[in-house]
Amino acid sequence: MRLEVDITGKTFTSAAGETHEVLAPLRFALCPGEVGVLIGPSGCGKSTMLRIILGLDSDFRGRIARPPQARIGMVFQEPRLLPWRSVEQNVRLAAPEVTEAKLSELFRILELEAHRSHFPGELSLGLARRVGLARAFAVEPDLLVLDEPLASLDDALAGRLRDEIATLVASRPVMTLLVTHSLDDAIRLGDRLFFLSPRPARIVQEIPIAIPRAMRSEADLGRIRAELAALPLESK
Amino acid sequence: MLRLLSFVLFLVTWWIAALFVGGAKLPPPPAVLQVMIAEASSGALFLHLGATLARVALAFTLAMSLGSAIGYLMGRVRLADKLGDPWLILLLNLPALVVIVLAYIWAGLTEAAAIAAIAINKLPTAVVTLREGTRALDRSLDEMARVFAMPRWRAFRHVVLPQLAPYIAAAARSGLSLVWKIVLVAELLGRPNGVGFEIGVAFQLFDTPRLLAYSLTFAAVVLVIETLLVQPFEARATRWRPRAA
Repeated sequence: MRLEVDITGKTFTSAAGETHEVLAPLRFALCPGEVGVLIGPSGCGKSTMLRIILGLDSDFRGRIARPPQARIGMVFQEPRLLPWRSVEQNVRLAAPEVTEAKLSELFRILELEAHRSHFPGELSLGLARRVGLARAFAVEPDLLVLDEPLASLDDALAGRLRDEIATLVASRPVMTLLVTHSLDDAIRLGDRLFFLSPRPARIVQEIPIAIPRAMRSEADLGRIRAELAALPLESK
Repeated sequence: MLRLLSFVLFLVTWWIAALFVGGAKLPPPPAVLQVMIAEASSGALFLHLGATLARVALAFTLAMSLGSAIGYLMGRVRLADKLGDPWLILLLNLPALVVIVLAYIWAGLTEAAAIAAIAINKLPTAVVTLREGTRALDRSLDEMARVFAMPRWRAFRHVVLPQLAPYIAAAARSGLSLVWKIVLVAELLGRPNGVGFEIGVAFQLFDTPRLLAYSLTFAAVVLVIETLLVQPFEARATRWRPRAA
């Protein structure tokens, strides 16, 4: 059970008829329990890559191997909740097999208990993002994809949510792919960091972090940050 | 309360106008009410009203279900859109009278011909509205449903249908008003009963009170159906939206 991404290229034809190379050859694999982090400049093709990995875009060259029965949990950049269904229904529709106990636990961790019966239009962005997280975790995914789940949240809230994500990811062996702009999120949550180049995206550098996620102290994080700062990367 | 006031204002205006114009052209409200009561107690009013309502219900259901299905298909599948579009434009612009007359000529003066003719008149507007609704579907939610491997029916019911609901309501609303208008013409031209038939008779006899008695009862029934059926459905379908101030 592992995710293998081997994209040899992806072109995109604009409305004006020009073709653009969006992705350069790209290759990486993820094992269960591992968190891969994609870091790259805006517009480098990360979202395109995610769409390919999720099977939403089949118009590319190369191959994606993921176990056919793998359940996918996705946290979209904009939460993509159904505005006409309550918070609880939103989660249950994506994860019909979720038990009441599991659901309560998720809502407790993400502090959503008071909002179960609210509609997404009544939630702040921070709350809506948490519902997105609850939905992705409720399916008990084999492959979890998080597309900038903490973007545009204030630091305190982002920090709390990041800890919650860390807790949830650690609770089961799931292949996790995180897209982020924040180096801090990357080194706190990730096992392996993939730095991407500007468009057409390719992996400029792959950096494994040897210390297990839960055991990284602030001193370790500082050291890793300093090491990364010393690297000649275009995309930090 | 305001509704009642508006209704009273209507009655008063009518009465005053009747005084000026004269009873032959515009009978005052009591004269019309008298005919209404007479027709109701003989049972004729309910018979004709019932016949018309049955036709409306059948034609409306037929046109809405068929029209919604075709509209959804045309919104989703480009080939269906290309193939169906010329027919749609033709049907949209074909006068109702032509459809009704042709239906009676081809299928005889039958109930089926009347209902089919009414349905065909309403069908294209339902198709157009639902096609527009389908085109406006949020792709990002479709993708969400695919990523989470929602089964087709569940995705249709919870992701697609709620987005189409306002369009269905709009199609039902405009379609119902169209059907109300056309059903009387179809009855006038080729049915032996119904409100349209009665109005035809009243017209030939220049019997204005009778004409108004049937028209107004009909209008009242339309109003009741709108408030009791269509509006609650709309309210329910859009209950998740924040209220307008």
